[in-house]
Amino acid sequence: MLTLQFIPHSEIRDLSSEKKIHKLLRVVKEEKIVLLEGKLSSSEKSELIRKTMEEIDDRFKGIEIEELDIDKKDKAFLDKIRTILINFILGSRKGLTIIGPATIIKEIKKDPDKIQLFTEETRKKKKR
Amino acid sequence: MGLFTNFLKRFLKNLFKKKKEIKLGLYGPPNSGKTTLANKITMDWIGEEMGNVSTIPHETREIQIKEQIRIKSKGKELTFNLVDTPGIATQIDYEDFLKAGLKEKQAKRRAKEATKGVIDAIKWLDDMDAVVVVLDSTKDPYSQVNITIIGNLEARKIPVLIVANKIDLKKSDIKKVQAAFPQYDVVGISAKYGKHINDFYETLFKVTNR
Repeated sequence: MLTLQFIPHSEIRDLSSEKKIHKLLRVVKEEKIVLLEGKLSSSEKSELIRKTMEEIDDRFKGIEIEELDIDKKDKAFLDKIRTILINFILGSRKGLTIIGPATIIKEIKKDPDKIQLFTEETRKKKKR
Repeated sequence: MGLFTNFLKRFLKNLFKKKKEIKLGLYGPPNSGKTTLANKITMDWIGEEMGNVSTIPHETREIQIKEQIRIKSKGKELTFNLVDTPGIATQIDYEDFLKAGLKEKQAKRRAKEATKGVIDAIKWLDDMDAVVVVLDSTKDPYSQVNITIIGNLEARKIPVLIVANKIDLKKSDIKKVQAAFPQYDVVGISAKYGKHINDFYETLFKVTNR
């Protein structure tokens, strides 16, 4: 089953970069896709990659990461997020980071108008 | 006191004078042609190759250094230690190496070495004086790996030259690379065939202020 976990900015705002990365990676390793409100800094992303490499084993193959810029006016995107995550409001903060286990997310494609998140489950449904 | 003052003046002058040689790093995602470019540079200027190349990703899994490479052109000169790094990736799956024809034990060992290589490449970023980011111009330049590498270099104020490699291939799109990183010098080359390699050297002088 595909699980998405939304992490609001308030949940990581006061964490050190190290603790932030640790938290995100822990969720991803539970085979969940993280939707993180806001963006990681470049040094946090390189730290995330570094930590990911340390964790890779026969079961965990790494991550896929993508950043999305949200326009407040882009209702189509907001509607999509609501559909996926069921009734929440992103508020005034721009940006969303998607981090998922590489084995589950085969492709994350960025599109300014609509987001298409391809997962193994989506592809299996299409094949049926 | 005068002697000490002179010594101090000389010491401080030497400390802050322009470095004679710099550490020039080659960074980028796996299979973008970093080692092919490294070999082109070392063959051009010292007559020997630096590392092995392969179509299987993560061929370079350790930091490789060639010291004291001096390049000259039109009265300009640059001496550097060339640092070829493992490709940076967010995922490494040993099964990809199985598909490439390696046996399971070999594939798992390669994957383990590759993860260590990525960790080392990230650690060494801080030590670079200038970086050439080598991108495969047939691929999407907007990857998070590319953005992360360049973002880190920008934050550290390390001079960057972006190479859009593999222009010999049909799907090559330099304009896309230039559009992705408009604030940087982007040179389109074929490291394999040496196309526009002189443009690369000229831009290297410019980026390193030589």
